[in-house]
Amino acid sequence: MNRNVETLAPWLFTIAIFVVWELICRLFNVSSIILPAPSEIFQAAIRFWGPLMRNSWVTLWTTLAGFLMAVAFGLLLGLFVGWSRTIYRGLYPVMIGFNSIPKVAVVPILVMWFGIGEIPAILTAFLISFFPIVVNVATGLATIEPELEDVLRALGASKLDVMRKVGIPRAMPYFFGSLKVAITLAFVGAVVSETIAANAGLGHLMTQAGSNFQMPLVFAGLLALAVLGIGMYAITAWIEGRMTGWAFRSQQSAGG
Amino acid sequence: MIELDNVSLAYAGRTGPVLALEGADIKVAKGEFAAVVGPSGCGKSTLMKLVSGLVKPTKGVVKVNGYQVNGPVKLAGMAFQNSNLLPWRTVIENLMLPLEIVEPYRSNFRSKKDEYRAKGEKLLDTVGLTGFGDRFPWELSGGMQQRASLCRSLIHEPALLMLDEPFAALDAFTREELWCVMRDVWERLRFTVVLVTHDLREAAFLADTIHIMSARPGRIIESRTVDFARPRDLDVCYSSPFTDLVHTLRNKIAEVRQA
Ligand SMILES: Nc1ncnc2c1ncn2[C@@H]1O[C@H](COP(=O)(O)OP(=O)(O)OP(=O)(O)O)[C@@H](O)[C@H]1O
Ligand SMILES: [Mg+2]
Repeated sequence: MNRNVETLAPWLFTIAIFVVWELICRLFNVSSIILPAPSEIFQAAIRFWGPLMRNSWVTLWTTLAGFLMAVAFGLLLGLFVGWSRTIYRGLYPVMIGFNSIPKVAVVPILVMWFGIGEIPAILTAFLISFFPIVVNVATGLATIEPELEDVLRALGASKLDVMRKVGIPRAMPYFFGSLKVAITLAFVGAVVSETIAANAGLGHLMTQAGSNFQMPLVFAGLLALAVLGIGMYAITAWIEGRMTGWAFRSQQSAGG
Repeated sequence: MIELDNVSLAYAGRTGPVLALEGADIKVAKGEFAAVVGPSGCGKSTLMKLVSGLVKPTKGVVKVNGYQVNGPVKLAGMAFQNSNLLPWRTVIENLMLPLEIVEPYRSNFRSKKDEYRAKGEKLLDTVGLTGFGDRFPWELSGGMQQRASLCRSLIHEPALLMLDEPFAALDAFTREELWCVMRDVWERLRFTVVLVTHDLREAAFLADTIHIMSARPGRIIESRTVDFARPRDLDVCYSSPFTDLVHTLRNKIAEVRQA
């Protein structure tokens, strides 16, 4: 009973927000150039269904392409950085420095190199999202309990053994946890890049619609972004739960 | 079995070298149960690392089994205050971890997996964990985890067992129970044990010899043989020779801490 209310609550709140929004627009007669009412947005979404779908698809695949590159590269670099505590200590500040550059500033450079199109979007998504993966994987590896490492080394285990038996399984919850963050960032990167320089994608669609004062279509694009973002987040969160159940359960244990 | 000859060890600390051990001499015979006691921070854990070859001495020679130690000794089982079980493996899979690393088990691990599993189950029986093999570590109490950790350190039948305060985090009753488990396993297999402990009763109950260390930089200042008849019963802890021994040990350590 209570469970049902809890699972329904997010939907109820979403609907409530739309209803309040609609009411505000009607009561105060807000111009649709400033803030279109949800009803207008849905109408626009239906009218421009084709372009919305096509551009959503572009945004989706550029995000995923950047994200998958980030996963592959992030895993490799994370394994390398976490391999020894010395590398970890030495490279960590460098990576923090790299990460503090706003990646948006790189987009014009990418456009100069690769021209307008999907490639800058993919690369921005990649650049912005690989960092949390590296840090998480490296941290998972570099924080193996020293005593456990002693136990294994006293048995004659090589560094590779320690990594295979302990380091990598131990880093997996960190890795899967970072995917949620990374996919969100990759999405941001792809859309920002599309907004700046692209000829397809939701970001591009929204800038175009904006310059034509088609505000309902801009908001329909925003809605599509929300749906995509939530969907991708939910899938990575689900994967995380599936792959690393032990990490959650062992945290709840009394014995530690 | 173990021989330390005038061994010193300095760690490279943040503000210059930290001398943890200086001129430590110790001899442990094959099959002997040795205990090491001393004030906190005197270098007991360091001594364990030296013997198992995880750190190299700055000065002096460490010999195990007649050979000078130059790297991890590969025959030692270790257990610490934390059970350090892997939470993603079941208890029995945790026990089998050493067998995945140590030869000759390692090479035929796949083909003999069932045999090794049976071996693990049997070991679990001896520490009173019958039927817990397929549970995960977090489903066990602290004392049970510690038993499993002991089993893991024994599964490959090591000639040398290194225990660094393995019972320190347990309540008094569980601790005494595990003393008896330890006693029985040792009576049966007679491997060499080095046990670091802060509990003088534990040392007196389990060990053949007790080595007392000075404050840092650590040195062995006295070695005592404990000659209560074996197998020992917990009742021995309440006999007056036992309490006298514990009392002398206590005074000795208090004295060392003052100095
Ligand atoms: N990695 C390290 N780097 C620098 N100094 C260290 C390191 N490990 C230990 N020490 C120092 O060496 C000394 C001995 O440490 P050790 O851990 O061997 O003591 P211990 O006798 O085991 O102490 P306790 O009884 O509290 O466990 C301590 O003073 C400690 O500060
Ligand atoms: Mg210690």
